[in-house]
Amino acid sequence: MTAIDYDSRIPNNVDLASDRRLQRALEKWQPAYLDWWRSVGPQVFADKEVYLRTAISTEPGGWANFGYVRMPEYRWGIFLADAEPDRRIPAGDHAGEPVWQQVPGEYRNALKRIIVVQADTEPASVEQQRWLAETGPSLYDVRNLFQVNVEEGRHLWAMVYLLHGWFGRDGRDEADELLARRSGDADKPRILDAFNQPCSDWLTFHCFTCFTDRDGKFQLGALAESAFDPLSRTTRFMLTEEAHHLFVGESGLERIIRRGAQLAKADPNGDARDQGGIDLPTIQRYVNYWFCYSLDLFGAEISTNAADYFATGLKGRWREARDYEDHRALDGVAVLPTVEDGRLVDTEVPLRNAMNELLRRDYVRDCERVVRRWNQVLEDEGFSFRFKLPSTRFFRRQGIYAGHFFDPEGNLIDEATWEARKDEWLPSASDRAWVAHLMQPVREPGKMANWIAAPRKGIHGKPLDFEYVRLD
Amino acid sequence: MADAVHPPVHFRTHPDRYLHWDLSFDGPVATLTMKVAEDRPMWPGAYELKLNSYDLAVDIELADAVERIRFQHPEVRAVVLTSALDKVFCAGANIRFLGQASHAFKVNFCRYTNETRAGIEDASRHSGIHWIAALNGTASGGGYELALTADEILLIDDGNAAVSLPEVPLLGVLPGTGGLTRITDKRRVRRDVADVFCTKAEGFRARDALRFGFVDAVIPRSRWADAVAERARAAAEARAPRAGGPGVPLPELAFDERDDGWSGRFVDLRIEGRAAHLRIRGPDADPERSAATWALHAFRELDETLVRLRFNHLEVGLVLVRTEGDPAAVLAHEAAMLDGAAADWFWEEVRLFQARVLRRLDNGAKTVYALVEPGNAFAGPLLDIALAADRTYMYLDPDERNAIRLGRGQGGAWPMGNGRSRLAQRFPADPEAPARLLARAGEAIGAEEAEELGLVTMSPDEFDWEDEVRIAVEERLSLSPDALTGMEQNLRFGGPETCETKIFGRLSAWQNWIFQRPNAVGERGALKLFGHPERPVFDFRRT
Repeated sequence: MTAIDYDSRIPNNVDLASDRRLQRALEKWQPAYLDWWRSVGPQVFADKEVYLRTAISTEPGGWANFGYVRMPEYRWGIFLADAEPDRRIPAGDHAGEPVWQQVPGEYRNALKRIIVVQADTEPASVEQQRWLAETGPSLYDVRNLFQVNVEEGRHLWAMVYLLHGWFGRDGRDEADELLARRSGDADKPRILDAFNQPCSDWLTFHCFTCFTDRDGKFQLGALAESAFDPLSRTTRFMLTEEAHHLFVGESGLERIIRRGAQLAKADPNGDARDQGGIDLPTIQRYVNYWFCYSLDLFGAEISTNAADYFATGLKGRWREARDYEDHRALDGVAVLPTVEDGRLVDTEVPLRNAMNELLRRDYVRDCERVVRRWNQVLEDEGFSFRFKLPSTRFFRRQGIYAGHFFDPEGNLIDEATWEARKDEWLPSASDRAWVAHLMQPVREPGKMANWIAAPRKGIHGKPLDFEYVRLD
Repeated sequence: MADAVHPPVHFRTHPDRYLHWDLSFDGPVATLTMKVAEDRPMWPGAYELKLNSYDLAVDIELADAVERIRFQHPEVRAVVLTSALDKVFCAGANIRFLGQASHAFKVNFCRYTNETRAGIEDASRHSGIHWIAALNGTASGGGYELALTADEILLIDDGNAAVSLPEVPLLGVLPGTGGLTRITDKRRVRRDVADVFCTKAEGFRARDALRFGFVDAVIPRSRWADAVAERARAAAEARAPRAGGPGVPLPELAFDERDDGWSGRFVDLRIEGRAAHLRIRGPDADPERSAATWALHAFRELDETLVRLRFNHLEVGLVLVRTEGDPAAVLAHEAAMLDGAAADWFWEEVRLFQARVLRRLDNGAKTVYALVEPGNAFAGPLLDIALAADRTYMYLDPDERNAIRLGRGQGGAWPMGNGRSRLAQRFPADPEAPARLLARAGEAIGAEEAEELGLVTMSPDEFDWEDEVRIAVEERLSLSPDALTGMEQNLRFGGPETCETKIFGRLSAWQNWIFQRPNAVGERGALKLFGHPERPVFDFRRT
């Protein structure tokens, strides 16, 4: 019997070759994963060589090995960030104690749930984006899409590694379920709503990678502060990759915005649509939609679970060690405007119960930074339009604002006003139809669709007209 | 007058005023949809009823709905119990509500909700209504316990929905509405599997829930609505239609409220210190097929009186029950009810309702003494109240006209929670006694003989009566109320057990003990701290 060469098939730094328990779990799961990838992963160019980055080690530069690869043959690896010697629990009741290398029994179910919810988002976005390559605005963009896809796939591996490694049969069952749920499926949808929304055009894709993947950045950041060291190390490595996804979305939107401004300037009536582009108000509406959908992912503003996760050390705050001195957070309060008798009233919530909201606020600050950058682009283009993030109360379907109606400034309004004005604030059917009709593929190296500006530079020092996807 | 720390509870409601449920009818299928109004807790502003969690007011509406289905909609053969929320069926009793409730209120809340759930099972067993719990989302804690009362449980299989009993791992208490008993005794789940289930906060999703018998079927989301409707239709067709007339509306009861009690048409309650005088009058008219008929109206008044006493008058430890009126008329009403049942469901429902009210008396935490005085109407259904009492004192009058009368109903028309008649329960050592005594149904039995037959506890004569009764009352009121509650429950429920007696027995023993312990309600107790930022700290020594 020939032993499988785990280390070359599955790049890793977790000593997979000598971990029989993990091998046994992966032997069954890996074929199912590949079946999943083939049936609901990228459906276009599956047999083409794509210029992708593969992580093969955690050494400096080891996470970024570039080369052509056919996606089903991509080597999804398992990596943990290097162990910090004598790492201490960053937050909660156990703050300052040594971190856990094993899962404490009393927190096993809660920890498993956290990992499953995070893991479920990874394959979901691959499913959502599986037809996008068909209408790619350039080979550069298609390559970026695939890079995001394979890395989401790797993030799934990273989470499954934790489930297989530390959660026994329950963990294996959950890992199987991750491949059984499907984004947008009527019977087995993905756990979180934003991951069941269709992603069928590139404006949506860039909004999704900019705003929804940014939720991932902050969730991973909070998990990087976990008392459970393998989770912390896994998520720290994932954050590096997540940063690239955010770059794709942030710069992609910037290019659409720049092009929209240029086309509007060129048009006698100042209408980018007449020049075959996407007008800035439409982009603002897409931003509103995806920003708010992503806000829901942080969970309820006032949450017992969030308090428990913090108290037990399963999750910390964003940059817990760097930005906070009191790691127990037992005394403070957070002030939240809540709806009482038809008006907004400031309410004090114990800090621990507001952990979701704290993370959401960090996220919003990060999004504001992105919007400032876009507005700088508009200023550079001599354009007066400015983007603005809507209030965190606007268009929410989860948490304390769900079920009420707010305008983008966060003022309470009635349902009739909402119905009358929602098409000013969110993508209308005609906006979506307009964007959909622009989605025509451009497959000549170096060329861009008319509605998106060229990026400033190519990938990994390659020129823009590099063949990022080999079509022959 | 009320001494409870919460505002007095009112138990009257009507579907037009439901805040938390939709009740709709489609031929033989009724649908009872839970849609708890988050911002309408029974104590305004005290907590939010999130995720279809319930407080007492939600359960009062449920109890009302169950009664109305039985009396007003005899055509209904199947009830679908479901939720209007996406992804959530019901999250059980609201923890913040429980956290703010006094110990006594918690206990009474559990007792009442258990009676509501027993009422659902009673409607299945005796009224032929098939209950389907259609869990369109997660049913946790009391939510799953509510589902457990149904004849069949359907669970949506969307990869997320689960059934669970998270009380032990999350709250440090027990499921309070019969969940533990029903999974072992009703659904016959293996005990080790049940052990895993009850300590796993997230519970079981479709696959395991079905495999281990926690639900009867799992249905994918796309087929959910059709499959539930189809199942309900089939279940309704499989149950025989009921013979008899149309539904009978239940009008709201009206009481004259006084500082020291209240009076209805047949029931009067007067509170004097720690004793309550409960007086029930016999019929004032012939039996008729309506909610106004004595056999139903008097027992509805009694029912409301008992639950009000429990919740709003904790200080009352002893209920002294007297009756008055024409015993022959009481027996005539009993006969109309028992004879009418074969041809008309209505009379059967009246009997079943009386039985439920009498069981409330058995399950209460107050001592009950029956006082049989001249002019009394202790006969048939009213005599069962004396048989339910902890003691009965009967006045031995000089001209020997004071009498009680057995009715045919004593043979088992009003079974206790353990399935036995109170007459059989009374004579554990003499199984022939009920038949011997029933042979004398309708006969007036005087005080001396009643004592000899064991139907009353004591029959003091004119010289002793006043003193004996006074001393019995004073002595009772001097004893520990906790010890009395425990003692009474032990003595009332001798003999065989059923699922129902286990549920109430274990509630008053285990749950109420745990509810008092520091590990649940101490400063660092799990129930106390649930929803707060701090984590519980247990005293790990086992008792």
